[in-house]
Amino acid sequence: MRLGALIKKDLLEEFRTRYAVNSLLMFAVTALVMVSFAVGMNPLTGQLHAALIWIILFFSAMSGMARSFIKEEEKNTAPALRLAAEPELVFLGKLCLNFLLMLSLGALVIPLYYILLHPRPGSLAPAALVIFLGITGLVGATTILAAIVAKAGSKSTLLPVLSLPVLLPLLVTAINATGTAMGGGTLSDVSQALQFLAAYTVVIVTASLLLFDFVWND
Amino acid sequence: MLWKYLLGFYMLLVTAAAFLYAPPALGLGELSRIIFFHVPVAWVGCLAYLVSMLNSIAFLRKQKLEYDRRAAFNAEIGLVFTILATVTGAIFSRYTWGEYWSWEPRQTSIFVLLLIYGAYFVLRSAIEDEEKRARLASVYSILAFISVPFLVFIIPRIYSHLHPNPIINPGKQMEMDARMFRVFLASLAGFTGIYAWFHNLHSRYLKLKAKFEEAEKHA
Repeated sequence: MRLGALIKKDLLEEFRTRYAVNSLLMFAVTALVMVSFAVGMNPLTGQLHAALIWIILFFSAMSGMARSFIKEEEKNTAPALRLAAEPELVFLGKLCLNFLLMLSLGALVIPLYYILLHPRPGSLAPAALVIFLGITGLVGATTILAAIVAKAGSKSTLLPVLSLPVLLPLLVTAINATGTAMGGGTLSDVSQALQFLAAYTVVIVTASLLLFDFVWND
Repeated sequence: MLWKYLLGFYMLLVTAAAFLYAPPALGLGELSRIIFFHVPVAWVGCLAYLVSMLNSIAFLRKQKLEYDRRAAFNAEIGLVFTILATVTGAIFSRYTWGEYWSWEPRQTSIFVLLLIYGAYFVLRSAIEDEEKRARLASVYSILAFISVPFLVFIIPRIYSHLHPNPIINPGKQMEMDARMFRVFLASLAGFTGIYAWFHNLHSRYLKLKAKFEEAEKHA
């Protein structure tokens, strides 16, 4: 399948250079260690832990996902990609890849966060679900913005500026629900937030699919 | 030409009525008079944003640069009015709730509107090619607009709210004195008129500019 081929191409490229993964992981670890030193031995509430986790995830995501389209423009591979596949497929390919990237980031950062800052575990399953859906929405909204940034002269500092207003509803919900779960909330306490995150993701990905053509083709 | 003088005179009347004719609201006292200026200004800020977004959609459908220019200047007008609404809101907040800023739902939503406008103009300034700028800015404007309803849904559930109830609240009750309400509606119409004037002025300026550039090309 061609979507599979697109993902495979990016994965292979990533595997050869390992630039995106390495820089993203180092960025996340740097942020994590900074937070850890800043907090020191002070006990924090679940809400504060949730806020810190999401700040680390947000900025790591920005630095990691900005590359996804910029690299095509830098190496002039975008025209070939444009010939090879429909815009929707290109978008879905990048979406899947960013999703994999961010999931591996989450899988590394969150356990490390627990080890370094040892927050009270709270209820793990709801917290994991909220973070998973939050990352999904984060990727869904940021992928098309990364494409816009790549077309706007590859100014990667632009990405957080463009993303924050669009992502704010998602971030506010995710931070609150993560805080609730870390404070010991059950699945039913965060179910409304989960629904909201899912709805947000569906709407923003649908809109991105409709609009991506205008960004991708000159 | 005449209707602009009429509008000027009308706004003069509205301003006078806001201070002299409308009674102060119970509880808030003289402070309540800010409603005649703050709410219409915020309304124009949102209206301009809506018009800007509609122009962005029109641009993507028809690919005419004219629509993008209209989207951009509506966003400019919207930004000015949103800043005015934020500042007047903060002043009101200071004298009723004690703080200029408290991340109250209304303040949060207007702040997000400011952020969107800011990001929109940063994006525009980052792109040199006019056609490309038009396309990317339009896409961004639509994406940002889509996220706003989510915010409206989520914010009041999370932050405590202090803002006086909207005029049309869920209970469908009028909580305003009849005279106040009359001045309020008049002011709303007046500020919308000012917006229409800005819009008209800028449209004409753009048309003349396009004509001028066309003439220069031929010369």
